Amino acid sequence: MDKKKTKTIEQRTAGESVGVVETRYFTFAEGDNRMLLESRAQLGPVTLAYETYGVLNDEKSNAVLVLHALSGDAHAAGFHPGDENPGWWDVMIGPNKAFDTNKYFVICSNIIGGCKGSTGPSSLNPQANNPYALDFPSITIADMVKAQKQLIDYLGIKKLLCVAGGSMGGMQVLQWVASYPQSVRSAIPIATALKHSPQQIAFDEVGRQAVMADPAWNHGNYYGQGQPERGLAVARMLGHITYMSEQSMEEKFSRKLKEKDYSFTFSPDFEVEGYLRYRGDNFVKRFDANSYLYITKAMDYFDLSGGKLFQKDKHTDIRFLVIAFKSDWLYPSPQSHEIVRLLKARHMDATYCEIKSTYGHDAFLVEIEEQTHLIKHFLKKTFYGYTIA
Amino acid sequence: MNFDTIPLDYQVIYQIIESGSRVLDLGCGRGELLYLLAKEKNAKVQGIELDDAAIYKCVERGLSVFHGDIDSGLTDYPDQSFDYVILNQSMQQVKRADFAIEESLRVGKKVIVGFPNFVYLTGRLMFFFRGKAPITKSLPYHWYDTPNLRFLSISDFRDFCRKKNIKVLATYFLGNRALVKLWPNLFALNAIFVITKRP
Repeated sequence: MDKKKTKTIEQRTAGESVGVVETRYFTFAEGDNRMLLESRAQLGPVTLAYETYGVLNDEKSNAVLVLHALSGDAHAAGFHPGDENPGWWDVMIGPNKAFDTNKYFVICSNIIGGCKGSTGPSSLNPQANNPYALDFPSITIADMVKAQKQLIDYLGIKKLLCVAGGSMGGMQVLQWVASYPQSVRSAIPIATALKHSPQQIAFDEVGRQAVMADPAWNHGNYYGQGQPERGLAVARMLGHITYMSEQSMEEKFSRKLKEKDYSFTFSPDFEVEGYLRYRGDNFVKRFDANSYLYITKAMDYFDLSGGKLFQKDKHTDIRFLVIAFKSDWLYPSPQSHEIVRLLKARHMDATYCEIKSTYGHDAFLVEIEEQTHLIKHFLKKTFYGYTIA
Repeated sequence: MNFDTIPLDYQVIYQIIESGSRVLDLGCGRGELLYLLAKEKNAKVQGIELDDAAIYKCVERGLSVFHGDIDSGLTDYPDQSFDYVILNQSMQQVKRADFAIEESLRVGKKVIVGFPNFVYLTGRLMFFFRGKAPITKSLPYHWYDTPNLRFLSISDFRDFCRKKNIKVLATYFLGNRALVKLWPNLFALNAIFVITKRP
């Protein structure tokens, strides 16, 4: 998902940035100690890219783990030296922001299978001394979270104050609850689902087919020769349509033309065409095509429905804040209702809000004010109880 | 806590509910009552509310609230999940009041129902002498802007409980500033019933 423009600028001028940050790397599963994946395959060594903002308190009770969506990375807030744009959720993370770095120690972890500094198909396969490509084992959301647990252990944190994220980040949040309920005090799944519907799987599959239909893909062996840019760009264009809403597209593009008249050719006449091409072309510069295949597949495999979110007969007191957006048709609110239904049935301390928005799925990156209000107060209550209310 | 600043119906409901109770408030609004119950009585509270501005206020108060309507909000709770379910000033606005009460009685051991009395004296006078739909302190709306879908009296609700085999545990009749003892169906602006399922 793209980092949004207008509101980012306002926030930046508000001068509440965490400042210059750097990505760190944590490596585990070295030697014979390889990581066992859900598919029973083994992976090692494994590196996770991550960033942290704020200060971990002495009790190590103020750690918030933020998890990113499909194309995100560990750089959630602040600026890398020389960069013009801040991290992908900079509007939400920083002093006095939703995830207030004056109070909380915020960690953003990348995912395995990705291409942003963590071990993925474009990483060097130690057995073969060239990139894994399709020798990289299939990974799941549970595997991503299992790796993140190693990182949290390494940071010496026994219990996270909160795990939060939108879209695929929300899936990781739910997976944290399912895999490590004793390590989580509260969870904020945003614009997400317990499982992909056939419609969501279908969109992912069209994206994957676009990549694999590009001759440059070459069964995943394109490293050193240039990646399947056309295919990956088409996949991203499709993705962007699903991240917006009919209304937000109408407002943003309408039927506006790039030039005065129709060209009567197949060059992009409409602004929406130009926008999608620009998004697609930009994406291929920063994202690995094989990672796109592995990660979308992991999202499709994800399924915590049917009693898999909570371990049976085990009491958990995790607090929940579930957020959905009205115009999000990729992860429509009934999917969040499914989560809420489970929370009600188990009598859990939970809040659900469907935020009014016309931005579609992208809303979780742009609807700052409402999310900030909800998250800020939810975290405060989780951290302090009623004592300071 | 300054009791005088709290609306009379909240005072009554607050006093009904025992410390440490599990409470579900259907149509909890901005959460004033739930906050009091959570903070002062250590109640384990949960709200359901349709209005998003009200939800933001609830969350600001540290309350847990589900965004949704009452008509569909109850089905997912197991039987007898709560000590009290509150349906205060919201029953007259739901699409199916009998179903809402039935569901409330299923998920709550006791249900507190609060509603405006349609046949309050001034309303009757307006109706009888001026030939107009009543507008009173507890029913301040015009026919064209009222959120209320149904209009009932205290006697109507008693009949309903009898017919549905619902046990009335307690009743409170509210005037402008204090409780009404005499002829409540005529003199009470609002009524609060505590009801439960007959075994």
